[in-house]
Amino acid sequence: MTSRFLAALFTTVVAFTGTTAASRPQGDAARGAQIYERCIACHALKRNRTGPKHCGIFGRRAGGVAGFDYSDAMAASGTVWDSESLDRFLEAPMDAVPGTSMGYDGVKVPQDRADLIAYLQSATADSPLCR
Amino acid sequence: MFDLDKPSFLSAKLGRRQALQRAAHLTLSGAAVALLAGKDALAADHSAMKGSAEQDVRILNTALGAEQEAVAAYQAGAECGLLRKPTLGLAVQFQGHHKEHADALAATVSKLGGTPVAPKRDYGFPVSSLKSEKDVLQFAAGLEKGAVSAYLGAVPIFADRELAKVAASILGDEAMHWAVLRYALGENPVPSAFVS
Repeated sequence: MTSRFLAALFTTVVAFTGTTAASRPQGDAARGAQIYERCIACHALKRNRTGPKHCGIFGRRAGGVAGFDYSDAMAASGTVWDSESLDRFLEAPMDAVPGTSMGYDGVKVPQDRADLIAYLQSATADSPLCR
Repeated sequence: MFDLDKPSFLSAKLGRRQALQRAAHLTLSGAAVALLAGKDALAADHSAMKGSAEQDVRILNTALGAEQEAVAAYQAGAECGLLRKPTLGLAVQFQGHHKEHADALAATVSKLGGTPVAPKRDYGFPVSSLKSEKDVLQFAAGLEKGAVSAYLGAVPIFADRELAKVAASILGDEAMHWAVLRYALGENPVPSAFVS
């Protein structure tokens, strides 16, 4: 009974969140670099623009870039950016953090998000792009 | 690299003096005025659904910030000394479009009861990495492509569908900028049937 309940709960959670770490597709950083071109009206790796810079994003608290004027909602979200939280946010930013200034519908295709996150991981770690 | 004096390009070509005159006499274009016409009623409607209006204002302000940056980017491009005629005239013309977008967006934010974001004093453009006209055009093309994606991502989420129409109208203009810049770079101006 308990196991059936847990299974049902897991199914509900997966249905609600869309994907789990295990079910997320493997990302292709090279393809993610092309998808990142969708972001560059507002974002850059090394400098704050309409949106905050991405260098150092993994492990950073949302609202944590010094000198960037975040929405109250983002600053108070308590999110720490990792693959999972990025996947959730990028799918539907305004649902993930209601009140965010990121007025964007989201990256709807799971493979696109995985590729984008793979690119961000490779580009924002200890890479020449962030030095 | 390209020839803007080809007949197909003549209609898009703009003399620098004419473009500067346009930039100096900024007013909302007829299209923008038409798009914003009737927004008093829109504002009244929004007051009845405050949360949606606030969300729309946030989206508009984000777009406004990007447009202000585009204006500054074209200014930096025009002042870097790397652009020659007729490319320079084209850059000034596109800058004028972005100014019109920014004016229309700011006016709409105000009409909806919001406060338009102010332009930044310094955008920190990577001007030291721009060594040639091609570099400048590639930089501009990247921003325009990003703008197309940004508006594409904004159109579906406006609570007010009239605002979505305004955003789609601007998207079309940004897409034309991107295509013209790609043509100027010697690239396929329309590389695919869809944008993303």
